[in-house]
Parts: sequence; structure tokens; C-alpha cells
Amino acid sequence: MFPKGTKRKFSDSGEEPVSSGDQVPVAPSVAARTLTSSYSLQRQSLLDMSLIKLQLCHMLVEPNLCRSVLIANTVRQIQEEMTQDGTWQIMTQALAAAQCPADRLVATEVLCRQTDAAAQAGQSPKPFSVVGLEEGYHAEEVVMEGDVETEVTMSTLSPVSPQLSSASYLAGPFGMGPCWEEEEEDGECEEDEEEDSEECASESEEGDRDHLSAESRTGEQVFGTFEIKHPAPPPDPALEELFSDVDPSYYDLDTVLTGMQSAPKMGPYDLLESLSSHGPTALSSSSSCRSDLNELDHIMEIIVGS
Amino acid sequence: MAGKLLLKGGKGPTSLGVAGGNDFQWCFSQVKGAIDEDVADADIISTVEFNYSGELLATGDKGGRVVIFQHEQESKNRPHLRGEYNVYSTFQSHEPEFDYLKSLEIEEKINKIRWLPQQNAAHFLLSTNDKTIKLWKISERDKRAEGYNLKDEDGRLRDPFRITSLRVPVLMPMDLMVEASPRRIFANAHTYHINSISVNSDHETYLSADDLRINLWHLEITDRSFNIVDIKPANMEELTEVITAAECHPHQCNVFVYSSSKGTIRLCDMRSAALCDRHSKFFEEPEDPSSRSFFSEIISSISDVKFSHSGRYMMTRDYLSVKVWDLNMENRPVETYQVHEYLRSKLCSLYENDCIFDKFECCWNGSDSAIMTGSYNNFFRMFDRNTRRDITLEASRESSKPRATLKPRKVSTGGKRKKDEISVDSLDFNKKILHTAWHPKDNVIAVAATNNLYIFQDKIN
Repeated sequence: MFPKGTKRKFSDSGEEPVSSGDQVPVAPSVAARTLTSSYSLQRQSLLDMSLIKLQLCHMLVEPNLCRSVLIANTVRQIQEEMTQDGTWQIMTQALAAAQCPADRLVATEVLCRQTDAAAQAGQSPKPFSVVGLEEGYHAEEVVMEGDVETEVTMSTLSPVSPQLSSASYLAGPFGMGPCWEEEEEDGECEEDEEEDSEECASESEEGDRDHLSAESRTGEQVFGTFEIKHPAPPPDPALEELFSDVDPSYYDLDTVLTGMQSAPKMGPYDLLESLSSHGPTALSSSSSCRSDLNELDHIMEIIVGS
Repeated sequence: MAGKLLLKGGKGPTSLGVAGGNDFQWCFSQVKGAIDEDVADADIISTVEFNYSGELLATGDKGGRVVIFQHEQESKNRPHLRGEYNVYSTFQSHEPEFDYLKSLEIEEKINKIRWLPQQNAAHFLLSTNDKTIKLWKISERDKRAEGYNLKDEDGRLRDPFRITSLRVPVLMPMDLMVEASPRRIFANAHTYHINSISVNSDHETYLSADDLRINLWHLEITDRSFNIVDIKPANMEELTEVITAAECHPHQCNVFVYSSSKGTIRLCDMRSAALCDRHSKFFEEPEDPSSRSFFSEIISSISDVKFSHSGRYMMTRDYLSVKVWDLNMENRPVETYQVHEYLRSKLCSLYENDCIFDKFECCWNGSDSAIMTGSYNNFFRMFDRNTRRDITLEASRESSKPRATLKPRKVSTGGKRKKDEISVDSLDFNKKILHTAWHPKDNVIAVAATNNLYIFQDKIN
């Protein structure tokens, strides 16, 4: 990907200076951890990067098992730590509130089932080519542990991660990063879950703007000229390289999965826009999500066939 | 030390500056391979191995080819220089295959080559790609029969009525021809990618290891193998550890070791059970809690394991270090050598560009007194176990003048960079030395740098 040992651009953000540029801070004690926002930001970025890698692993015709296992273990480690911090629950709650969860999960399940069926039929669906491994080893499933909610969330994370993760470099997953960071600083981790998610949702717009202004320098570095209201700016060459292996038809599939019927072609920036400008209401009606499942079948056929 | 160097008539700063193991002075001998900037993927060398005598040096590449070099005798004119290695045989070992059932292409890249001990005039080696192991026979032909009774010179059968006399064919000398023929093909025994093969000391069996299983083969039998290790979980979702390397003990034919992605080594005794899932010994160094990070597991993953020639020690290579283990002590290694500790602060970038997953190999010298392993920027490192000195050398075209002594290299870690040092950020992470080999008897080393094979020799003291 990067020929030389390039420093990660966003690690040089305007936040507190990290020693040696891009060193992931050695994990301090749990109490100390929650207070270091740069640590959580870097941890989040690492999580996103790992999910993308797992995704790209899947897209290879025959994934490297050792690599997949190591990356999956890293993701699990981060997940465990975030669960200890309490940040994981907050993130999943926020996610549940912001999206239409049931349909997303069903969609993913359908996708996985279809993958299995296709695998047995001896075909190799490009986006989820785990057929190289016996019994259809799904790296994403390896990550799923603990309670059902977490499990389910992780599986939904995978299919949409290429798009969302790019946005999340700035604002945490699904635009909820700044939300729980602020909460941590206020020490509100222990509050009632419902309240949290509502607060999250309503604060998200504000939080995003604050966060975005703080990260604007980083944002510019990563995304070029970042403007929420305008159509997608020219993609960053580094990101292009990152996603160069990704099948472009995959993005169309994502559109269907997230049920965003309103925006016909969603880019990462459009997604962020929707998240920040919309309130706690679902981004689209649940009925459109359901009808998309038929489209999902159709698109799977196309991809498997190609 | 200084006195000794003066006696040698040490010329100038270079001799004094070289602090290699056992006072080695490594100098360039040869380089094989094309010089162009544009390297074809197929030409990238993926394995290097000397045979038992050191007379032959085999390389495998990503294109599935094997090239064998043979050591030429020293010329009488220049006795101070050891002979050179010249191409002996080239053949296509593996071809790209297509698995129709899974719609997958099987790479022809040669993952490992292992020589068999020589038993007759022919040489035998095992070469493997991800799925199939092949036994190759390399034999010489320097005579041919002439004067056949029933065939004419072109080999066509003669008209029987034209044959009027009886003659016996005579063996006539011919130009040396080296033939490579596949004698055995060991296929369909591995679901996952083969990472290691190792010939047993009984010279009859060998093991092959993939990510989750290890099989034991008999060299004569291709249609079945014994599965001796299986770490595949019943539910693949629970998979957290894979096998990364395996090797047979050099003297005890019942003992072998395998390393894992979690930085552990298991020693197994095949006499104890048919399935060696339960190890006899378990080697793991306790983790240093102060240096724990999210990358701790990845960098602890062992990429290579090698027994010493004596069989008393084994060496493991993980991302940042090489460790020597005493087989009698399981709780920690007896020696640890840092290969490129300056990369510890760059792990995030190296994770991003996937370099953190590079699998470096390591090797012992013939007497087990020194070890060698590769690094980035075409650097490779040697450690002298007795004097604890280490040296960094570079395999580059610039230092490729005949018999030129290699200059030690240094990577500057602090702020101030000295004149001849190179800073960490200037290292070329595309130039990685993953495969190196040390002659079993002499101080001759082979270093694979992408598509080039460098051969260095120690100036005879």
C-alpha cells in the first residue's frame, strides 16, 4: 500500500502531541485510558483500519489465514478493551438508534447465507470470497463474541465498513465518535442507555461540527477539501489506494444494505452528512429497507454471476 | 584485538571498522539476477537453500521455477578465492493451478525447498507451493550410447531387412547435461497453505505443515500421509491461532517442533501418540507488560523456527527479534537479539502498509556460533553468539565490486544522524530480505534481495 514507512497523516493532528509521531500509546490503566482522547481516537482508527483490512482480506480470492487471524485478534482485543471502558456499549447503542437496525442485520444475515450457498455451489462471490477456506470461514464472524448485541453489530459493521470507516477516520464509527468522547469527559458513561443514545443523537450534530472543526486540519489532509454540504470531493489518493482492491459494484450493494433510498449513490461524505443533519429519526423508513432485500437478492446474483 | 588486526596487516579503517562475528570480513562474491528496476513478480525469489555439502545452492521463485547453482572448484591461479557458484540446472517445478471446486487459483510460488541427503550420484530435493509437494531428482548425464543396432543415428527404427550385422552400442562422452525429473508428487493433503516442509533424520520421512495441520509423509508413498497435528477448532469462529512453521529435529527422528502466530513453540514426540496435539514441551516467553500494545500479538508471531546443527538449541524469528532457545528450558529463551528495534515506534505505520506481516527467516552457521536474518532496505544482520557482537550489512549493487569488503551499516535512531548512517524514515520497506542461507561448512552466505541472489564470502584469514 504505502511503499515507505509513511507516517499516518492523522496522527499528526492538532491534538496533544504524541511522542514519536505515530506510536500507539502503551495502554495505561483503565481509568487513565478513558480520559485520553487521543488514545481513544487512535484506538478507534486502529479498529477501523483493522476492519477494512479484514474486509479486503475477504475480497481476495484466497485469504491469507494467518493474516486474517492476527487482524481479527487485534480487533477482538480492541473490542474487549472498549467493552471494559464502556465505550463499546455506547457505540452500539448509538448505532442501534441511528440506523434501522433490524433490517440491516437481516440484510447482512441474508448476505452471509447467500455467501454460504454460493460457496457450496462452487461459485466465488467477489465481495465475500471466503470460499478459499474450508467450511466458509468468515473472518468477520471470528470477531463476534460476547453478547448477541455486540455480535450482531460487528457483523453489520463489516459490510459497510469501507464507506463508513472512511468517514469514521474523522468522527468515529457512524459519526458517533465525538459523542461518546464528550460523554467520557463528562463522566456520563454510567447513565441510562436510552438517555445516552438520545443525547448522542441530538448532540451528534453539534459534536460532529465541533469535532470536525478540531479535526479540520486532519480532515483536509485526509479528505482534501472537506465540505459537508457539497457533493463528494476528489478522493484522497491514499484512500484510493486503500480501496483500490474493492469492487466498485460493492458500493451499490452498500447503498441497498443501509436502505438509503433517498440518496441514489452514497459516498462516505454523503453518509456523514445524513448522520449529522438528521436527528434520532431513522434515516429512511423501514418499508424501503424491506423492499431492498429483494434488490439485494438481485444484486447478489449479479455479483456472483460476474 | 587491535594487536591481532595489526598482525594481519590491516589496511586502513575498513578492517578495523568491521566487527563481524569471529572477525569475519564479508566481501562480495557474486550476484545473480536481472538488474532492471522493473522487477517481474515471477522473478522474486521466495526460498534459498544450500544442500548438505554446500556444493549446491537452490533458489525458488514466485513463478514456480527452481534454479540450482553449483560450486565450481577453486582455480589454481587464485587459490585465495573460493570458487564461484554457477547455474547448474533450471526447471519449472510448479505451475499455476486452478481448483475448479472452489474456483480458486493455486499460486505456483515455491514456498520452500529442502534437500535430501545425497545417497548416490543424483541429487534429490523437495519443493512445495501452497498445496503440492514434489520430489525432484537432479541427475547428470555426460555419456550417451551410440551405435544402436535397431535404431539409426536419428533414433528412428531401421528397416529390419537392412540390418546385416550385429553391433554393441558404445558409451561415448557428451556435453554434460543436467536433468531434473519429478519423481514423486504429494498432493491433495493440505486444505490450507503449506508453510513448511522438513526432511526427517531417518531420511525416509518428512513433514509438511500448513496453517492448521501437520502431515507426516513417507518419501516413497504419495497417496497417503499421516496427520500428526491438527489445531483446527470444531467451530472456525473460535480460531485464534495458526501454525506458522515446523521442523524436524536434526538427530532425533521422533521429535519435531512447530511455532504459532501467538509466539509459542511446541515440541512434540511422535512416539507418545499418533496424533501429537498434546505437546511434550511448550516454549513461551512471558510477555513484558510494560511494552504491551495492540500490536504485541502480531509482532510476537513467529515467522521461522530452525534447530541448531547440534540439535541442542532452536532459534525463532518474530517481527523484531531473533531468540535462541535451549530445548531444556521452556520458560524463556537463552538469548535474544534485536534485529531492528527502531521499528517498534513505527508499528502503526507498518501495520497500515502490511509490512508487519512480513515473514523473515533466520539461519545458523555451520558451527552454530553465529546466526543471520534479514531486515528492510536490503539490510541483513548477523549475530555472533560468543562475542555478542552484531553487524548490519547491505545487499546492494553499489557494494557489488568483486571481492569488495562489505561496509557495516547503521540505522540512526536518535535525532542526530551521523554521516554514514541512514535514518529510519529513509528505509525502503519494499526492499526486504526475507530469505538467507548459510553454507553448512564454509563462511559463504546467500542472501535473496527481491529478484537478486547475492553471494558473500568471508575473506580467508
